[in-house]
Amino acid sequence: TRASASSVRPCAAANISPREGFLGMAGSMELPTKGGFSFDLCRRNAMLEKNGLKMPGFRKTGTTIVGLVFADGVVLGADTRATEGPIVADKNCEKIHFMAPNIYCCGAGTAADTEAVTDMVSSQLQLHRYATSRESRVVTALTLLKTHLFNYQGHVSAALVLGGVDVTGPHLHTVYPHGSTDTLPFATMGSGSLAAMSVFESKYREGLTREEGIALVAEAIRAGIFNDLGSGSNVDVCVITKGNTEYLRNHELPNPRTFVSSKGYSFNKGHTEVLSTKITQLKLKPEVADGDAMEE
Amino acid sequence: ATPPSPAPAEPRSSSDERNQSRINPSRESMDASAAAAGGGDGTQRTLNPYVTGNSVIAMKYKDGVIMACDTGASYGSTLRYKSVERIKEVGKHSLIGGSGEFSDFQEILRYLDELTLNDHMWDDGNSLGPKEIHAYLTRVMYNRRNKFDPLWNSLVLGGVKKGPKGDEKYLGMVNMIGTHFEENHIATGFGNHMAIPILRGEWREDMTFEEAVKLIEKCLLVLLYRDRSSINKFQIAKITTEGSTIYPPYALKTNWGFAAFENPSKGAVGTW
Repeated sequence: TRASASSVRPCAAANISPREGFLGMAGSMELPTKGGFSFDLCRRNAMLEKNGLKMPGFRKTGTTIVGLVFADGVVLGADTRATEGPIVADKNCEKIHFMAPNIYCCGAGTAADTEAVTDMVSSQLQLHRYATSRESRVVTALTLLKTHLFNYQGHVSAALVLGGVDVTGPHLHTVYPHGSTDTLPFATMGSGSLAAMSVFESKYREGLTREEGIALVAEAIRAGIFNDLGSGSNVDVCVITKGNTEYLRNHELPNPRTFVSSKGYSFNKGHTEVLSTKITQLKLKPEVADGDAMEE
Repeated sequence: ATPPSPAPAEPRSSSDERNQSRINPSRESMDASAAAAGGGDGTQRTLNPYVTGNSVIAMKYKDGVIMACDTGASYGSTLRYKSVERIKEVGKHSLIGGSGEFSDFQEILRYLDELTLNDHMWDDGNSLGPKEIHAYLTRVMYNRRNKFDPLWNSLVLGGVKKGPKGDEKYLGMVNMIGTHFEENHIATGFGNHMAIPILRGEWREDMTFEEAVKLIEKCLLVLLYRDRSSINKFQIAKITTEGSTIYPPYALKTNWGFAAFENPSKGAVGTW
């Protein structure tokens, strides 16, 4: 359960639930059930922990995610390693999530949180598109994300790089788990963000071309992959321009498996020396002297 | 009863000794922790650094070793001293750069003075090279750590000395717990996270002095942007077979003219 995050709060806080969000203000007759965290099991969890129970950890993505604004739009990048403590849980996961046809979001932090929150806002954006008959705007996604994360006071551990192109132009934002946002020309998040930021700070300039933007993003992700232990495997890139989005899954594979035999493994007859052979029948077939054989 | 020691505000990272106690040391808490450091027998040992220097970056280039750092020293979260020289010459063949507690760095310089003086008095035509000084410093740092009274520094030792294979360049580092190694490029503190990725990607064996300066300035600029305790006043030093030169401090040009910085709420007026 997620209640281990709430072991920090005493059980006296059991009645707190997050404020009514975006959908709750629709003004419907019956209020929807109050969602969010229920702190009912706080006392039980505290008792269990005191008696020595070790709660399972969250799967964190331990990541490098980046984004930059170039001449015609936005390029997002991410590595593909998901870690569970010191172990690589997924060698090739997808960290660039779909929000709208013209908006994508990279996620760092707890994998479940980034997945759930981007999925949720993506659905809300689709409903909004149906209601307004317009292309979604990046600031809409931004506002939905930040109000949700702020309502959960940082317990939803999602650090996001949100980028897209809408009628007002290209936009790039970062969203932090507590709900603060920044609008930036280039951004990095995750454990490998310092390595990637060093590449951006030394090489970014305004008005890059598409090829330069993709190359710079790939270089920043590679810096994270090779210099940060929480990031690794491959480079995913997503290029968003006006009217066109290209999701380049596994754009670079800088960590191939080496020393793999192209022929595969073969075990030919005669590879192993046969010293002796003895064949024992498992089921003895009885010899019928007279009459018909028994049904098997 | 021990008085409460100031709790570290940020998670520990062994590469950045400043992070181990990033809090504004008040008069009372300093006296209190000094008393706490005493323990039962009244001896004193270092628990927290107070006046700390920033990252030092160094690398080998064609003719020798180049080293650079900023000239600031912080007192907790205050920028207290802005003209501090954290790179010094040692003997004829080496340069030492120190980050971390500045008083410990000054003490180390005194130890090295004694060492080089004794070496000079032998008058045998030989002088201590960078490798020997690095080994000496490693022993000093490790032994202090074993006594739970560390010299709270990360030191970078670079130099050139004639050896059996000609002019041998040397660059190594020691930190407060005695970890030491030799590399083609070194960075301490925050430089470990931000400068090393750049150096690993762009360092080459045969760089000229100009190229080395450009690469080091690239790293210094990134640290200036992204390290909160860095200041825009840097010193570069180089050492070759001809000798060492520590250049006077200068500033780097920064660029803040991004469109998104000028008007971040262009997409949605009234947002924050």
